[in-house]
Amino acid sequence: MSQLNVPTMADYMAKGEAPEILFWVGCAGSFDDRAKKITKAIVKILNHVNIKFAVLGVEETCTGDPAKRAGNEFLFQMQAMQNIQVLNGYEVKKIVTGCPHCFNTIKNEYPELGGKYEVIHHTQLVQQLIDSGKLKVEGGEFKGKKITFHDPCYLGRANNEYEAPRNIIQKLDAELNEMKRSRANGLCCGAGGAQMFKEAEKGNKEVNVERSEEALAMNPDVIAVGCPFCMTMMRDGVKHFEKEDKVQVLDVSEMIAKANDL
Amino acid sequence: MISSIIFTIILLCGGYLFYKNASKIRRNVLLGKEIDRSDNSSERWKLMTLVAIGQSKMVVRPIAGIMHILLYAGFVIINIEVIEIVIDGIFGTHRVLSFMGGFYNFLIASFEWLALGVIVGCVVFFVRRNVIKLQRFMSKELDGWPRSDANYILITEVLLMSAFLIMNCTDHLLQTKGYDHYINAGSFPVSSLLNPIFNNMSTESLVMLERGCWWFHIIGIIAFLNYLPYSKHFHILLAFPAVYFSNLKPKGAFNNLTSVTNEVKLMLDPNATVPPPPETPLKFGAKDVMDLTWKQLMDAYTCTECGRCTSSCPANQTGKLLSPRKILMDTRDRLTEVGKNIDANGSFVDDGKSLLGNYITEEELWACNTCNACTEACPVNLDPLSVIMDLRQFLVMEKSSAPNALNAMFTNIENNGAPWQFSPADRLNWASED
Repeated sequence: MSQLNVPTMADYMAKGEAPEILFWVGCAGSFDDRAKKITKAIVKILNHVNIKFAVLGVEETCTGDPAKRAGNEFLFQMQAMQNIQVLNGYEVKKIVTGCPHCFNTIKNEYPELGGKYEVIHHTQLVQQLIDSGKLKVEGGEFKGKKITFHDPCYLGRANNEYEAPRNIIQKLDAELNEMKRSRANGLCCGAGGAQMFKEAEKGNKEVNVERSEEALAMNPDVIAVGCPFCMTMMRDGVKHFEKEDKVQVLDVSEMIAKANDL
Repeated sequence: MISSIIFTIILLCGGYLFYKNASKIRRNVLLGKEIDRSDNSSERWKLMTLVAIGQSKMVVRPIAGIMHILLYAGFVIINIEVIEIVIDGIFGTHRVLSFMGGFYNFLIASFEWLALGVIVGCVVFFVRRNVIKLQRFMSKELDGWPRSDANYILITEVLLMSAFLIMNCTDHLLQTKGYDHYINAGSFPVSSLLNPIFNNMSTESLVMLERGCWWFHIIGIIAFLNYLPYSKHFHILLAFPAVYFSNLKPKGAFNNLTSVTNEVKLMLDPNATVPPPPETPLKFGAKDVMDLTWKQLMDAYTCTECGRCTSSCPANQTGKLLSPRKILMDTRDRLTEVGKNIDANGSFVDDGKSLLGNYITEEELWACNTCNACTEACPVNLDPLSVIMDLRQFLVMEKSSAPNALNAMFTNIENNGAPWQFSPADRLNWASED
């Protein structure tokens, strides 16, 4: 594996240049051990197609999404305005995110606060790269494999993007099997609304167990996700049913990177 | 002559009573805070045509959707017949629109088929609620009045349609006998199936029955109209404005509080120019119905308690206390209580109660995943999630009563710019790790 090339905005600034796109890594993608692999897969794809991109590195902070969904509008707007200052300072025009929550917040909630950018989710970027011929995808190890895609709420229902991740999976010559609750009817993994950071209220089942059960009923080889929080939740769910040896949970970007031996 | 006077009095009283009660609901809705939904009128008309008039989200669940369209089409189209009934009632005429000839026959025949459709739809709905007992109709929040309300509506509609068909059948029999003013008018494909039942009756009995059904049908409609303001069935009126004024932004775009923006601007830059704070102290988030917007209050009166939101809510489906349907029902019930308070006292007198606490508990609010399954499922674009979020904002920003784990998350974001306890200096470490 070749060394990752991860320039920062500050690096570009020092050279007096500007990258084509900013890769907003997100907190999970920066700190969570499993999510870091997704981040690296995205970087491998970006390196592979030679896109001029940069990350903010230590200048990136939480978008404020979990604070906002938990009702802490103050903290959200503090985070948002500080981030907007940084982003506008670098004259950022286009952002790709590794997380649907960052994607949603920057795309939909920053403009009113002065942060107006073209924001896309990493699955949308991958689809654009495939469509423009910059990225060639063949099935590789996923050819003929049974895949079930779990829609992230903040990509799907929140922003009506159901096709990009599916189009990519289909490019892998894999067999995409839809759960009964998919697309607009998709069931949350249980992490949204700041649930990721607290214990669930009393009930008779964990949401991620309910969702993983539904996904496992499809007998997939891979449960594909597009969100680092879904990744955590679905992996925990698969472990709950002791299926981690048989069923992989992978981000769509990881599947592309693997299929291309990146 | 006497019957014309009685009819006119009933019609005017019924109309006035409905106007009064509907006005109260309008007043209650307008207790809500301002929110601008006057933009994009062409897009809003399109949305209303598709979702409310076209029932596009109803058919996502095909059985309920198709049955509902039967009822809806029946209700809207058969009400054309009411125009004739009202004219006949006031002027003492009989089937005054029959001069339209063939077209009149076509209309009456269509009404009959639609009436049959309504009866079929109501029976299917009644069976789903009371025999099959679908899960979403068995929830605790429907215990008592809401469940009875649903059944009263279905039974009333069956009675009204039956009266309409019996009226037509007896009228038709009198027509064939050439009795009195029963001129040959109309076409009766459905009600004529009832002929064997009434065929042997005397002419007097037929007239009694025909008149009886006519009066029952129209008084029933006027009574039903006045039942609406006390019932979930009010949705037949509010569904249209509720869809028209629905949120057009992506579902993921939550409202940014302007009051907070101004304060944050001052915190980041003491010299920033922001509008001066209002006289009354700012309140962040919502504690009671008056803190919600008029659209949220309209949503509460529009909800017909179908429970599609609740049946798609991940929290509810895994046994948590949260039910998005209950959130809107609670909002409506509290608003009704506030309305009665205003009726009694002239203006609202603090009753020591609030939506948050007395109706909706913190446990319900903290179970929400903000996943938008509820708003997606709602056939008329109602938004229980926005109510949940406003109440959460009050809990956090006014009451400082978030779960401890969330407070820890807030502290982490404040101190190290991430919801977990990692050093911001380590943010790029992944790039050089194996």
